Amino acid sequence: MLSYLQSYLGGDALTPGQAGNQLWALIYILVIFAGVSVVVMAMNWIERKALAHMQVRLGPMRVGPHGLLQPIADALKLMLKEDIIPARADSFVFWIAPLIGLLSAFTVYIVIPFGPTQAVTDMNIGILFMLGVSSLSVLGVVMAGWASNSNYPLIGALRSSAQMVSYEVAMGLAVVSAVLMTSVGGIGMYDVAGDGIGTLSMIGIVQAQQAQHVWFLFKFFPLGLIAFFIFAVAMIAETNRAPFDLPEAESELTAGFHTEYSGLRWSLFMLAEYAAMVAVSSIAVTLWLGGWLRPFPNALAGPTWDFIFSLFPGLTFLALGAIGMFGFVRMPAHPFFRVQKLGLGGFAAVLALIGVLLLAIPFAARGHEGTILAGFAAGLSAVYWFIAKVAVFMYLYIWYRATFPRYRFDQLMSVGWKVLLPIALAVLIATAAVGVLIPVIQVWFKGRAG
Amino acid sequence: MTDPTTTLSRNPLDLDESRTFLDANELVINMGPQHPATHGVLRVILKLDGEKVLGTECVIGYLHRGVEKIAENRTYTMFNPYVDRMDYVAAVSNALGYCEAVEKLLNVEAPPRARYIRSILTELNRIASHQLWLGTHALDIGAMTPLFYTFRDREEILKIFEKYCGARLTTHAFRIGGCQYETYDGFEKDVLNFLQFVAPKIDEYEELLTTNRIWVERTKNIGVISAKDCIALGVTGPVLRASGVKWDLRKAQPYAAYKDFDFEIPIGQNGDTYDRYIVRMAEMRQSLRIIRQAVDAIPEGPIMAKVPKVIKPAVGEIYHSIEAPKGELGYFIVSDGSTQPYRVRVRPPSFVNLQALDLMVRGALVADVIAVIGTLDIVLGEVDR
Amino acid sequence: MTPIATPFFFYLLAGTMIIGGVLVITRRNAVHSALALIVALLAQAGMYLMLYAPFVAAVQIILYAGGIMVLFLFVIMLVNLERAQKERQFNRIWPVGLLSAFALGLLFVGVYSKGKTLLPSEMMQIPESSNTQEIARYLYGNYMFAFEIASLLLLVAIIGAVVMAKKRI
Repeated sequence: MLSYLQSYLGGDALTPGQAGNQLWALIYILVIFAGVSVVVMAMNWIERKALAHMQVRLGPMRVGPHGLLQPIADALKLMLKEDIIPARADSFVFWIAPLIGLLSAFTVYIVIPFGPTQAVTDMNIGILFMLGVSSLSVLGVVMAGWASNSNYPLIGALRSSAQMVSYEVAMGLAVVSAVLMTSVGGIGMYDVAGDGIGTLSMIGIVQAQQAQHVWFLFKFFPLGLIAFFIFAVAMIAETNRAPFDLPEAESELTAGFHTEYSGLRWSLFMLAEYAAMVAVSSIAVTLWLGGWLRPFPNALAGPTWDFIFSLFPGLTFLALGAIGMFGFVRMPAHPFFRVQKLGLGGFAAVLALIGVLLLAIPFAARGHEGTILAGFAAGLSAVYWFIAKVAVFMYLYIWYRATFPRYRFDQLMSVGWKVLLPIALAVLIATAAVGVLIPVIQVWFKGRAG
Repeated sequence: MTDPTTTLSRNPLDLDESRTFLDANELVINMGPQHPATHGVLRVILKLDGEKVLGTECVIGYLHRGVEKIAENRTYTMFNPYVDRMDYVAAVSNALGYCEAVEKLLNVEAPPRARYIRSILTELNRIASHQLWLGTHALDIGAMTPLFYTFRDREEILKIFEKYCGARLTTHAFRIGGCQYETYDGFEKDVLNFLQFVAPKIDEYEELLTTNRIWVERTKNIGVISAKDCIALGVTGPVLRASGVKWDLRKAQPYAAYKDFDFEIPIGQNGDTYDRYIVRMAEMRQSLRIIRQAVDAIPEGPIMAKVPKVIKPAVGEIYHSIEAPKGELGYFIVSDGSTQPYRVRVRPPSFVNLQALDLMVRGALVADVIAVIGTLDIVLGEVDR
Repeated sequence: MTPIATPFFFYLLAGTMIIGGVLVITRRNAVHSALALIVALLAQAGMYLMLYAPFVAAVQIILYAGGIMVLFLFVIMLVNLERAQKERQFNRIWPVGLLSAFALGLLFVGVYSKGKTLLPSEMMQIPESSNTQEIARYLYGNYMFAFEIASLLLLVAIIGAVVMAKKRI
């Protein structure tokens, strides 16, 4: 046990699942579960604040300093609400529908690689597993709509699920393009000889990007970019977010599949939605944005650049703490605000402390390469970059919601089938063609030169 | 397109005698009076075939307050505050129409300074009304952010109104014979500041929406109404102008001080929702132009004409209409020689425009009904009175 | 990777499949039957995993449980089933059902007793890590023709469904 931990933190062990170490896998699962729950609550706050600031207003300001305790208040309220089950509703299906959505959203996290060994396990079919499990969330939606025993939720659920199923096709094809890129060596540069064997495992995909010295976003330009955009659009439609949120919009006639759900059951749907958002963002980051790799691993290589980039986690937390301190200073000195001021100051101080700690680790690990501390620092850095990239996606989600109008349902379906699917197919064929032709061209050139 | 007055039967849900009333595929649903998207208490009964709309019927009257009946029991001056409450979004236009109608009946004319003040305030009102329209229309289609921005701009206009006459929404700004309040110190400065403030904002909204692919797909070719149908139904305002008819009462029958101003009438081509959006955005810009000219040329002088203390017009009747932000707002006043009018009949633009709803949404989808209600820019206070 | 507790998981998954299958045919409510079928299909995916075929397991989940069952649920929910629930079950042909079940049982017994000679003595040890590659090699290599015919069949089915469902092309 301890030897596994030592070798793991040293940085060249396997993931707990691969090593067969169930206890650490369980601990990882618990950490991920708690982390995702915290992230969902944080997303709730960030969404309301960011949306509000984009709409020239402030958002929640009362519950806690700058509304920081608002998610907790919302969670408490939802737990205390009356649990209404519609009459003549199928209570078993009504009960199980949010659980299915939640299960499928959370199961995806088993294969998400937060770092080179920081995943619960690394399946050989990792990406396929993720696609499969996220397609199970459609069942939750359909069942929720049907179990409500009411016309409008049923129509909303059928629309929602039709939309999700349609965009899954385009999503899958974009994923296949990215997987194809793992099996092709980087265009003769850096002497990366592709032996033609790709990989479906998530960690393998990021390692392929590392070996080929290129994020798949920029590979075979513009094919990687187009595939990424297709996936980015499809993932927004998958998670029923704006601009594809007609089935759950308020101003439409059908009010969505979760109309009849109240209190804690509704919060389970919300939890599943945000968890699914983070999950598909993680897929996008892993496949195209280089997962846990720091920016410019090859252009700015070397131990000094490594060190500079490993300071980023600490600096981020210090920056957050500084923003909190700024808010603390600007709060009015009125006695009404005393508790809020203290709370905000304490929160900012905690953030700054975490930042200082995270800064200290790379400094301490500077001299000692290859030790546990260095491995720990590397792992920390990897996890930070992964989470930072996913955070960018989360912000993009909120930004789209504030900016875009909604697509009408038939326009939504026509975009999914008539625009995204042909482009995804074209990109797939083009990627395959380029991938096959490049070694041929290389050999031909070598033959001409030599 | 056939003449709508013959195809619109009395019960629009009876569309085809050869088919049964309710086919297996057809569904009659109710967009109830309480709905986030009907801009007030409007009830629309939709007959659907799956998702397509076969016919609609609007049930109105939820906001009927008996304004016209009240007018018969109030003196002309006492009735003045009531007219603000009809189109509460653009209250000053109502007051302008009413005051000018009574002035015509009395055969007096407001002094030039009063006419200029009235024009400035009415044009500010037009911008405010169009801003509210833009925010709510965008919200219906799904873009939730412009609502907050346009209400911010509207706030500035309401601040000016509050400084001028003390009220933001139901302003009671004008009196029969002119204006009661002189413009406050700094009125011109405020108005010019506002013009400078709002012009880039309108550009910003255009940038956000006009070329946005989703917006265009949601509004182009939705709710098309031809010029002939508009004229046959009596539809006026931006709806008429978007169908290609260059008819604006400010140019055709100038009132207040509009003769002195130089502005254009924007028109559209197809008569769809997108054209109405373009026309209203352009109208906002033209209003800015008018206000600037008015503020630069505002004459000195009295603000109130010589009007008797007790207003007793001669026996007669008058119809006077103005170009309200929503269309032609008309007042038909019958006087029997006493201090109270015998009959005040208001021709509200929203009431007449709402008739076009059925024609515009036949064959469209349910989500388009909401967009079309938004683009007609109705205010239920006006429709029901 | 060494397998863990193989008999336990086998009995668990097989039991789940059997229970799911029995529930499919015994539930009155069609949606409950569909849910039981989903459970049975997921258990089958687990069985594929135990046979060291992870690709097939994943595709089973994606297509069967996540696609085809959603389609089933659509149909169940859109078609008015209350009338069907009140109709009598088809219990009049139970002799035929009994006969066919008996024949199937005979088949099972025959395969089990003779089967050990029909199959190779040991399971083919294809390493799990290259399962996807091996499938691809065979599918796009030896069985390319069958693959293309299957895709053509699906295309015909899609076009047929669209032609029958649309009111007006």
